Amino acid sequence: MSILFYLAYKLVLVLVIFAITLGVAAYSTLAERKFAGFFQDRLGPDRAGPYGILQPLADGVKFFFKEDFTPANADKTLFVMGPALAMLIALITSAVIPWGPSLEIAGYQLPFQVTDLNIGVLYISGAVSIGVYGIMVGGWASNNKFALLGAIRASSQMISYEIAMGIALIAIVLLAGSLSLHDIVAQQSGLNWNIWKQPLGFIIFITCAFAECNRTPFDLPECEQELVGGYHTEYSSMKLGLFLFSEYVNMFVSSALMSALYFGGYNFPGLDYSTMAPNVAALVGFGVFFAKILFFIFFFMWIRWTIPRFRYDQLMHLGWSILMPLAILNMLLTALGVLYLGK
Amino acid sequence: MQLTNRAKVVVKKEMTIAEKLYLPAIAKGLGITLKHFFMKKPTIRYPEVKREFAPVFRGKHVLKRDEKGAERCTACGLCAVACPAEAITMVAAERKKGEEHLYREEKYAATYEINMLRCIFCGLCEEACPKQAIFLTETVTTAEYHRSDFIYGKDKLVEPVDPTQRIDISRRSIGRD
Repeated sequence: MSILFYLAYKLVLVLVIFAITLGVAAYSTLAERKFAGFFQDRLGPDRAGPYGILQPLADGVKFFFKEDFTPANADKTLFVMGPALAMLIALITSAVIPWGPSLEIAGYQLPFQVTDLNIGVLYISGAVSIGVYGIMVGGWASNNKFALLGAIRASSQMISYEIAMGIALIAIVLLAGSLSLHDIVAQQSGLNWNIWKQPLGFIIFITCAFAECNRTPFDLPECEQELVGGYHTEYSSMKLGLFLFSEYVNMFVSSALMSALYFGGYNFPGLDYSTMAPNVAALVGFGVFFAKILFFIFFFMWIRWTIPRFRYDQLMHLGWSILMPLAILNMLLTALGVLYLGK
Repeated sequence: MQLTNRAKVVVKKEMTIAEKLYLPAIAKGLGITLKHFFMKKPTIRYPEVKREFAPVFRGKHVLKRDEKGAERCTACGLCAVACPAEAITMVAAERKKGEEHLYREEKYAATYEINMLRCIFCGLCEEACPKQAIFLTETVTTAEYHRSDFIYGKDKLVEPVDPTQRIDISRRSIGRD
């Protein structure tokens, strides 16, 4: 296989996944408002186009035409860097997610994944944890007490939940015997999903994912009632748009991770990809994976419009003295299970 | 000192394990919100769909014409007498020859004004009218910038001659005549 062909394929894949991620994030904003309406016995936005499907476009245009304001005493460089960093880090996490079985183009087997890192899980926990830098930098640069408080909350929340999340991931790695996401997903064929072996690990992971995405019930960094928007108080125009948008990208990536790590990724009972034509298998697998992702995005929103926000000390208590011991217990039990019962 | 017998004793009960776990409560909450997700929404999509007014709704007045297009009002002044807010004023005039198609009887209202800021939309004017000339419709009076614009003259009150543009008052006249 010529290196040029390989590079072209990867480039196209990166662009396609980039476009899909942004598209899903854009329509998540509409879905969020629609679902919020449905959960509250309303209809949600329905004016822009049929059923409001042009609403994200209208919102985007509005963001671009708003005044791009920078506070007088803000650190100009960091102020611009904040939202850019938040968006960049949100996007790069999707690089290691396996979207489906291998594609076959011009006789070559090509993985349907931007890159199959042999340390995929490590890469993810690393990339997710630097996600807070965008918020911290933005909150610090704003030179505003509310923004700073939001940034501080974000970073302490991130530290508290990172540990439990990492330990929950270790249990998955123990089960799979590999750090590569491709291997982890490939091992969950049929209905042999990790959720059956790791129910506790999944609950820990999903709780931490909510905290990492700054979603309700852990949206303390940006709580409107106390902090006037938190870290993005001073932001306007598309910089604010990038901050808000990166939250939805994060949500998409987290949903993809939960589906890949615990719900079998592109695997579905009754679908045997080895008997299908490779490209059909890849497309069907992508469809299955995508449906799982959409369900989790819905679940994110469902939780948001059900559970009120945690108090700050409750958040810390949950992170340090409940989730972390539970995660350690889960890891030990998994290790014992793997040692004495086999996989 | 006990003032009422409604005092509630506070019990600091230990939470059960299910309550401490917090997850059953979340599942219950999720169930409630999901039920609302699929409920029929009471929203009315306003510009496309309009909520029907109640049959007793009393809005802007209309001065009716008869079948041939002549004004029914004879400027008898009973509506102005009946009006508790004193919102109606009129000037009567005598019908000249050749105006039979415009005014039904010999006397007519040369000017007929209702001050919409005074009007309380009680409907006593339509009850007082012996000629079925004035009715309250389902039209809402519009907002204006000047007080003088709220004094509605015949130009705003009399319905059009064109039979297709007549204002339907059938719901108002139920049980009358």
